[in-house]
Amino acid sequence: MSATPTAAPLLRTPLHDLHLELGARMVPFAGYAMPVQYPAGILAEHRQCREAAALFDVSHMGQIALAAADPADAARALESLVPVDALGLAVGRQRYGFFTNAAGGLLDDLMLTRRERDLLLVVNAAGKDADLQHLRTHLGHRCSVQPLADRALLALQGPQAGAALARLNPGVAALRFMEGGEFELAGAPCFLTRSGYTGEDGFEISVPAERAEALARALLAQPEVAPAGLGARDTLRLEAGLCLYGHDITATTTPVEAGLGWAIPKVRRAGGARAGGYPGADAIDGQFATGTSHRRVGLVGLERVPVREGCELVDAHGHHLGRVTSGTLGPTVGQPIAMAYLAANHAIVGHEVHAVVRGQRQPMRVGPMPFAPHRYLRRMAG
Amino acid sequence: MTIKYTPEHEWIDLTDPSAAVVGITVHAQDALGDVVFVDLPAVGTRFAKGDVAGVVESVKAAADLYMPVSGEVVEVNETLRADPSLANSDPLASGWFFKVKPADAAELDGLLDATGYDALLKSL
Repeated sequence: MSATPTAAPLLRTPLHDLHLELGARMVPFAGYAMPVQYPAGILAEHRQCREAAALFDVSHMGQIALAAADPADAARALESLVPVDALGLAVGRQRYGFFTNAAGGLLDDLMLTRRERDLLLVVNAAGKDADLQHLRTHLGHRCSVQPLADRALLALQGPQAGAALARLNPGVAALRFMEGGEFELAGAPCFLTRSGYTGEDGFEISVPAERAEALARALLAQPEVAPAGLGARDTLRLEAGLCLYGHDITATTTPVEAGLGWAIPKVRRAGGARAGGYPGADAIDGQFATGTSHRRVGLVGLERVPVREGCELVDAHGHHLGRVTSGTLGPTVGQPIAMAYLAANHAIVGHEVHAVVRGQRQPMRVGPMPFAPHRYLRRMAG
Repeated sequence: MTIKYTPEHEWIDLTDPSAAVVGITVHAQDALGDVVFVDLPAVGTRFAKGDVAGVVESVKAAADLYMPVSGEVVEVNETLRADPSLANSDPLASGWFFKVKPADAAELDGLLDATGYDALLKSL
């Protein structure tokens, strides 16, 4: 997470006044004034999410609706920019995906939900203007591209999120991981998905901006719920092994290098019924076939010293291996954790490397991700 | 009790002139957030005023700890090393970092007193 330096005045989310009232420490992030933490602090907010339920304001993220007379036309159009199975996505189902460039690099990552009448995209705050331009340029003649600027986005995350939210509308209990639907909450018409960025069960709630504060207050009034800021959001997602765009994935990393190949279904890969047809498909299919020279790994520190973004990684002889793309002391795992890109011959679970922190080598071991187990409420297959 | 401050938000308690106690201020720990790691100097190391003598790391950031005065480290707080959260919960007492034997009494005049440090905080 990094603040974006900008001379322009910071934008505010519909919950700005509530953040101040709750005592949040506000920081610039992607052009917005956002709460990095509340008085409880990042560690307490992190624990709140792992043990009960935490409420995050993620209204800075972009919500974009793609619509056509036949929503399948919007899905077909999106498949020309994103290697997902948008056409095969049933109403009420959600997928993770990304925009790619001609070299197969990642332009932004996103969540996609098929709704009755349209496709809902949620994209990163820093990329939303560029994403909108990209969609309009390439798809504008095939479907409508509508930013939902009049809607806020709240994330309620944690093992007790379901119980807290069900008190506002018992119907939400029917949703399972990566499913979405329309629900009324605190008198507001909302679109919910059961998903998030913490590794926990939870919901993301798209709510009309003018009803967002009342809904947030109704959620915070539940005994399980407390507010959490971007600081905890970052430690939670890192423990969950989830990539942060601009750090762990960029325009110069491909989905295969990033270990995100699972998000590209067979139908869009070489030999599939709708193979390719998106920017960089040849490069990405080539990497699926032959592998990549380096790939994203998770690292666990064997000492207590936190290892942070930008830190150099070396082998036992001091030879350069790569750099850390995200790192912190994992509050739940209780050890330094990091993500980095390593050459394939080092990117093996159990392999030991050294992080150079203030001139000292700190041993780290390539570990499986997620660092903290995902606890999603999945619908059983079949 | 004589406590002085640096513009870098360290405090130094000069009650014992042969073992002055050094820590970070309430403002410093608040700005850092939850402290999760401290790197302390080795006992016996000599530093000049302004040298980096340690590191304090929160969930979000790492910050250097500067020597308020020139001198030799005579003791470090092993309790803090084991429980870095003391830097947040008790920064002016049990959350101390190390003790130093000042080498040059004249340097002490360059430090801020409580009034001067309060004025500095108000100007931030």
